[in-house]
Amino acid sequence: MKMLINVPETVVADALRGLAASHPELIVDVENRVIVRRDAPVEGKVALVSGGGSGHEPLHGGFVGRGMLDAACPGEVFTSPVPDQMVRAAAAVDSGKGVLFVVKNYTGDVLNFDMAAELAEDEGIQVAKVLVSDDVAVDDSLYTAGRRGTGATLFVEKIAGAAAEEGAPLERVESIARRVNDLSSSFGVALSACSTPAKGGPTFDLPAGELELGVGIHGEPGRERRAMMTSREIADYAVDVVVADLRPDSPVLLLVNGAGATPQLELYGFAAEVHRALGERQVAVARTLVGNYVTSLDMAGASITLCQVDEDLLRLWDAPVRTVGLRWGD
Amino acid sequence: MSSSEPAVDDVLDTPFFLRWLIAAAGSVDREAARLTDLDSAIGDADHGTNMQRGFAAVAEALEKEPPGSPGAALVLAGRQLISKVGGASGPLYGTLLRRAGKALGDAEQVTPRQLADALRAGVDAVAQLGGATPGDKTMLDALLPAVEALGAGAGSFPAAAEAAEKGALATVPMQARKGRASYLGERSVGHQDPGATSSALIIAALAEAAR
Repeated sequence: MKMLINVPETVVADALRGLAASHPELIVDVENRVIVRRDAPVEGKVALVSGGGSGHEPLHGGFVGRGMLDAACPGEVFTSPVPDQMVRAAAAVDSGKGVLFVVKNYTGDVLNFDMAAELAEDEGIQVAKVLVSDDVAVDDSLYTAGRRGTGATLFVEKIAGAAAEEGAPLERVESIARRVNDLSSSFGVALSACSTPAKGGPTFDLPAGELELGVGIHGEPGRERRAMMTSREIADYAVDVVVADLRPDSPVLLLVNGAGATPQLELYGFAAEVHRALGERQVAVARTLVGNYVTSLDMAGASITLCQVDEDLLRLWDAPVRTVGLRWGD
Repeated sequence: MSSSEPAVDDVLDTPFFLRWLIAAAGSVDREAARLTDLDSAIGDADHGTNMQRGFAAVAEALEKEPPGSPGAALVLAGRQLISKVGGASGPLYGTLLRRAGKALGDAEQVTPRQLADALRAGVDAVAQLGGATPGDKTMLDALLPAVEALGAGAGSFPAAAEAAEKGALATVPMQARKGRASYLGERSVGHQDPGATSSALIIAALAEAAR
């Protein structure tokens, strides 16, 4: 498979060098793999640190900046970063008001952030953690690693980031982050497998003419495979699953997220079908975001994430944000 | 008794531990492609690459700052794995070696019995950190039989290696209940667990170091 790279071993470092060259508002430590907003630590502000395997860009590095994350730690492709990165990031952004770790629920991420929290606390940094676990395709049971963290990560980082920017203390930033996660559900579909640079080809087999319903952001298996469906049929399926799980009784934020290789033209067509499907189920949409935000390398496909919001959460969502991947307001 | 089966009163010195860790690094390096293949069936196709990177760092660190005791060697190796591997494997394998190293303290020589006890402490710490139990199709399914064989056989490394290998093979019919493979549910059955496989390599390296 052709890829726009030099060698697989330097893919992450090369991207970080590009990020550094393109965005002087960020401090990018290529060697230690930490991305920090240039004005950190921001006096009097709780800091947000996230991270995870690379390959989901703009998540997380593209969400570093005013109103969202203070720092991000990119791991190898689809591999959790290591505790050293997180401790370094926490030390760089802590203003003395504490640090919130935003952690997607995968075994590797959880273990590394747990270790990092312990080490950071040894260094006198107050740390809280929130797990993002919104993927309804996974049964949350004793027999799995639990629901995976996917699109809701964007909602958690944006809304909790806005609360921190307003000066909320750590306990409140943490409780808002947890609330956003509890009020969010996601469902994704893959039309094609993704290819990691290390493997040089697809990481799973998805026959032509079939799609995977409930796929994870690393190509983890979903609920079932079916013969290819129309955008309308996929929207009905995904909305049914997510609405049945969330049962929203107030307006929602809607993220129509591209997996990486699906064009905007298709994503907006899909967004139209998702809006129709939500309308038919009496779910009101307060805001919609369409684009590639939590990607899976070159996978074709899309996911939807709903987050039920009240006035407070909606206000925090609308608050200004200035990052590489998300920016609005002043 | 062959020369590769130390007697209860044999002692294991720091050079033995260095030989063990270097042998483990060599074995992980040689088997990296197989580990990644196993992982691509039920995981995300990077176990070999990640372990290879971690153990290469271990070998380099042991050379750069030679540890003064068996315990220090294991602690150093564990720290390197935690700092270099990432994913779930970094903290889990790092904890295995670091806890075992801490259990050995700073004694300059240890007995096979003491090593068996230290490894048991390491394996217990892995179980606690990962929350897995035997039969969940994880590294524990190779490590637990190995430390049991090691304890019962008063430090028979070949017996431990055999028990670990058998344990790894026994993961084939299991359904994964922890880690990324658990998302597969029933579809994880019929594949050997990559973590149990790499754990067996590390235990087998003990026998290699004793030769």
